[in-house]
Amino acid sequence: MTAKSCYHQPPPGVDLGKLAGLLIVVEGPDCSGRSTHIGLLAQWLEQQGHAVAQVGLKRSELVGDELESAKEGNVLSPRTMSLFYATDFYDQFENRIIPALRSGYVVLADRYIFTLMARDIVRGAEPEWLDSLYSMALVPDAVYSFMVSSRTLVERTLKSRALMDYWESGMDLGLSRDWFDSFIAYQRRIRIEFRRLQGKYNFETVNANRSIKAIQEDLKGRIQAVVDRTIQH
Amino acid sequence: MMPGKLIAVEGLDGSGKSTQIHLVHQWLQGLRCGVFFTEWNSSELVKGATRKAKRRQLLTPLTFSLIHATDLSDRYERQILPILKGGHIVLCDRYIFTPFARDEVRGCNPQWLRRMYGFARIPDITFYFRLPLETALGRILEGRPKLKYFEAGMDLGLSPDITESFRLFQGRVMDRYERMAKEFKFTVVDATRPIHQQQEQVRKIIAQKIDLAAFHQRGLL
Repeated sequence: MTAKSCYHQPPPGVDLGKLAGLLIVVEGPDCSGRSTHIGLLAQWLEQQGHAVAQVGLKRSELVGDELESAKEGNVLSPRTMSLFYATDFYDQFENRIIPALRSGYVVLADRYIFTLMARDIVRGAEPEWLDSLYSMALVPDAVYSFMVSSRTLVERTLKSRALMDYWESGMDLGLSRDWFDSFIAYQRRIRIEFRRLQGKYNFETVNANRSIKAIQEDLKGRIQAVVDRTIQH
Repeated sequence: MMPGKLIAVEGLDGSGKSTQIHLVHQWLQGLRCGVFFTEWNSSELVKGATRKAKRRQLLTPLTFSLIHATDLSDRYERQILPILKGGHIVLCDRYIFTPFARDEVRGCNPQWLRRMYGFARIPDITFYFRLPLETALGRILEGRPKLKYFEAGMDLGLSPDITESFRLFQGRVMDRYERMAKEFKFTVVDATRPIHQQQEQVRKIIAQKIDLAAFHQRGLL
């Protein structure tokens, strides 16, 4: 067991004293293979005897539905969306992540504050404002950021949905009226932002252009090391 | 360029601030000034979520704070800021000082709160309606005995008795307001005086600090 800490201080009334579990975060764009790998990792960890909890964005009981409809309506400003997403994040953080860690679970987070930050910064939010907003989040035991070339990403997106997603193409930014061009330009900006965040928040990258098997083996190796280091047997 | 003016009223529940801002609104409309009114926690989009969350008592101090910030951000971007840019007067019944007071009592870090609300400009005039705690409590407990859970600060666990919890919570909120009075240069109004006297004072101060002639809307009404 390692002592956990938040980036600045814990949320009011939250005691970090007895968090026994592990918080492992996978970041990356849609169709980068995040959920596939999280599913495989969950299976693998459970086979090893670890209880696993999976969390993600927009899944809070508090505002998950409202956030979804706000997204569809596309009427909230970027800053309001930032705050709405932060509400969603912290609701799950306090009500799911923290209790699961307290019970000794391995929590696999399908994206964390970094996706939220990158998306907001690309839309004009000040990095310092976001640092402060998310300063009560827990520092994860490991963060793996999936890096995929734009080309691969487009191919996978079209293969899996046959349709481009409005937000993942950054259409709200007005970079281009052409969805393909906008997607490429938007994902490039996100990647640049992720690299900057990587330096600041110290996370690992995963080359996600490879096969599922290769990526999974790579991840297992890295996570095994974290488990061995932190969980007492 | 922000040619508009922002006036906010703050104070404890029962301090009479809503009555006063309503009278200011009437007065400015009578003078044919371009004036708009907005109140705390009223953005359409967030209201549904807030209501549900409060009813089911789903909120922690942190998410309570965030959901209200989301609400203000929405109103700020779509209502307050455009009105200010359009060169009008905005009247706010409660503004950022309400969460600064309440959320700090709930345990949120004051610096964190100030940074989060950093997008919202400081009002040109902030009226703080000051009155003794017992008087404020008396007005509320007499007129509206049905206290709401969060309003009474029940989530803080100060007391299992809702009235007692309300007393303790309001006392702490008042303490924060008093401390902010200097920090944010509140214009303090003695809220124990008769309503019309307070209003006279408020109007005088507005007329002194804001060139109302510049806000006249000739031909529009």
